[in-house]
Parts: sequence; C-alpha cells; structure tokens
Amino acid sequence: MSTGMYEGAIQDLIDALGRLPGIGPKSAQRIAFHILQSDSEIAANLVEAVRTVKERVKFCTQCGNVSEETECRICRDPRRDGTKICVVEESKDVIAIERTREFRGKYHVLGGAISPIDGIGPDQLRIRELMQRLSDSTITEIILATDPNLEGEATATYLARLIKPMGINVSRLASGLPVGGDLEYADEVTLGRAFEGRTNL
Amino acid sequence: MSASQTKLYRDEAIILRTQKLGEADRIITLLTKEHGRIRGVAKGVRRTMSKFGARLEPGSHVDIQMHSGKTFDTITQVEAIMNYGEALTEDYQRWTIAHAILETAERFTQQEEEPAQQEFQLVVGGMKALAENRYDSSLILDAFLLRSLSIGGYEPSMTACSRCEKPGPHRYFSLVGGGSVCMDCRPSASATASSEALELMQALLKGDWDVAEKSEPRHRREASGLVTAYLQWHLERGLRSLPMVERA
Ligand SMILES: [Zn+2]
Ligand SMILES: [Zn+2]
Repeated sequence: MSTGMYEGAIQDLIDALGRLPGIGPKSAQRIAFHILQSDSEIAANLVEAVRTVKERVKFCTQCGNVSEETECRICRDPRRDGTKICVVEESKDVIAIERTREFRGKYHVLGGAISPIDGIGPDQLRIRELMQRLSDSTITEIILATDPNLEGEATATYLARLIKPMGINVSRLASGLPVGGDLEYADEVTLGRAFEGRTNL
Repeated sequence: MSASQTKLYRDEAIILRTQKLGEADRIITLLTKEHGRIRGVAKGVRRTMSKFGARLEPGSHVDIQMHSGKTFDTITQVEAIMNYGEALTEDYQRWTIAHAILETAERFTQQEEEPAQQEFQLVVGGMKALAENRYDSSLILDAFLLRSLSIGGYEPSMTACSRCEKPGPHRYFSLVGGGSVCMDCRPSASATASSEALELMQALLKGDWDVAEKSEPRHRREASGLVTAYLQWHLERGLRSLPMVERA
C-alpha cells in the first residue's frame, strides 16, 4: 500500500486512514492534513475516542450487537419477549428498528449479508451462533429483517431454508415503497416487492 | 478515454459487483457490450429514495448512461432490460452460481475499453438460463466456465491428446497439459477422466443440452471437479465464490 508521496508520520497516517471503508487515497490525504493543521485538542479527542471504543465496546455474546457489557441492554432486559428474534445485518439496523417501537422481542446481528463474490458465505457470518440460540425451544418466531437488496434477500432465503424445518415460524419484512416517494419514480423491482408483500387490511 | 471524445456515453451492461462507497454511494463494476469492463460510481444509490432503485444490483441487465471522469465514471441514468437478480435470490444454489458466473466474467475480462462482446453475451445467456431455471443450475455453471475458458483461449482438449493430437477419448486429463492427454504424453501429475465425463464436458461446451441432461449424477460431479480444477489452474488467484457453490 505504501507508495505514498510523503515521508514518515504523515504518510503513516494517510495509509492508516486509507484502509478505512469508503476512504480513497485523496480523502485520506485531505483528512490527514486536516488533522495536522487542526488544534491538538481535536486530535487528542479523536485519539481518545478511538482508544475508548476499542477498550470498552464489545459485542454481545448472545446477539452480536455492540455492547459495553458481556450482554447488551436488550438481551438483559427481562421485559423483552424472548420467544421472538429479529435477524438483522448490522448493529445500526437494531437502532433503526428500535426507533419504530414496533418490536418488543430480541435481536440477532449477523455481521453482514451473504455475498460469495466478496468471499462472504454463511461461515463468515454469525449464523452458527443463531442456530445455537434456536436450539432453545422457547423461540417460536423469527423475523428476517435483512436489507431489501439482493444480498439481503439471498441471506433471508438461506436462513429460511435452514430454520423452517425446525418448526419455527419464519417471516420476512415486507419491503414497502419508500415513504414520501412518488409512485411513478419507484423502480419496478421495489414496486413488485411491495405488491408481493402486501397485507390485507 | 481522451478529453477530445464525448464525455457522455451509453451502453448495454450487466452488473458484476457492487461495493459500498462513503455514506450512500456504491462503486459498480459492470461488463458492458462495447466498452468492456468498467467501474462507475452510483451516487446516492443506497438511499431508499434513489432514482436508481434496485436496478444496480449484481446480475441485472441494464441500459446505462455514464459520464466519464478521471478516476471513476459516474452513472447518470439506468434503464432495466432484465432484472435477473430477483429470481436468483429465491434459490440459494442458483444465487451462489450466479455469483460464480459474475466473478468469472470479471476475471476473464480486462478493465477499460477492451470490448468483450463474446463474454458479455455469455454472461447474459448464463443469467437468463439460471433465472428461467432452464437446465440444471450446476450444468449451467460448468457450461459457462468451459465457454469462458474457450473464449479466453484456454479451451481444454476433451477428445484428442492435447500434445500429439492422437484421437481419443483418453483416460488421462492434465491441468498443465491442456486437458486430455494420451498414455505416452501424460505428465506425471495427471488425473484420470471417464469418457462419460469428457463427453459431458464436450456437450456443455457445444451447447448440446440433450446429451448433457441425460448424464448421470456421478459423471456430472466428475466433470464439475475437472472443470473447476482446470479453471483454478488457469487463473492466478482462485475464485472466492466457487468454493461456496452448492453442487448437487
Ligand atoms: Zn444482545
Ligand atoms: Zn499424446
């Protein structure tokens, strides 16, 4: 990676930033110089925040959500319905669903979606851990809330095939049309999905 | 593309791969009919309100308009020709096979400006056959792999000896030696191949589906093994998706 133009510390920082997702060589260079030119307090806060997150935040041993304890807040909460598990790709999806206040069960965070071309198969995700949780007979319903894109759909297909034979009720979130969007601008796939997933009122 | 040429261009393409970029964008790798393999940025595609919707997903056959840029081209318009992806996700085996086809196509084509019309037609045909469930999915993959090897100039010999051209079928199959080899020419590390497996591979390469579909499961497994090993030998790095393909 180090084909950089600068020497020593500044190039090391550019290289380190360039390894972050979504940051190309140009952005890495821009951020590095921004840090170099800003107050030392801003830099110190950044260093501290990075250090703390690595020290303090772990992954819940039950559901895989980010947590400062061995088990996350939701898994520890006795008021949550332990018979239902909602399966999501990332921790940020838990936050999004929590915001709707529609769901009072527990979660399982996979850590991504199946994408063979990227080398991500079932073994690279927390699917074995999910199966272990399902061997507990109190769980009766699984809601698959993976992203409404192809990787998410394929992951849901894979999980449904695995879970259904266990006699557990499996459902998939109906992906509706984007809220606030004009029907005419909705693409055919999304529109098709919305029709397929429609519920009787 | 030089500055004197038009900055805006249009082409037919199949989406090979997508990668997240920043907050809401994606880098899309496409195999186009006229411009070969290109990478383009789709701005805002991950927002549910995006005008691109679900058209820019792996396996989609699209009509696309691009704006050429310095590092990346930017995707400005997309019309769906066929969304194969949707049908492929309904069956996990087919989904893994679709990924193997897309990854192979990526590896057999050169980036930028190198037209790859044969490979393009091959990928479109593969996606169509898979989505329509026209033949056994595993056979569709092996046919695709053999034809890609052939287009790439690595077609294995399945009848005559690849070294002395003595008519076959021969019992020995060599990855290094270009496929079928006779008793006298075989290198020490040759595998053996049944005449039925070789006949199946020949049928898949030529598109003789009547013959291919009459083959027995054990010969299909044997042919898959030979094709996969031969392909991996000819590619510098192994394909990531291939070990995840569910074979019958
Ligand atoms: Zn938890
Ligand atoms: Zn020979």
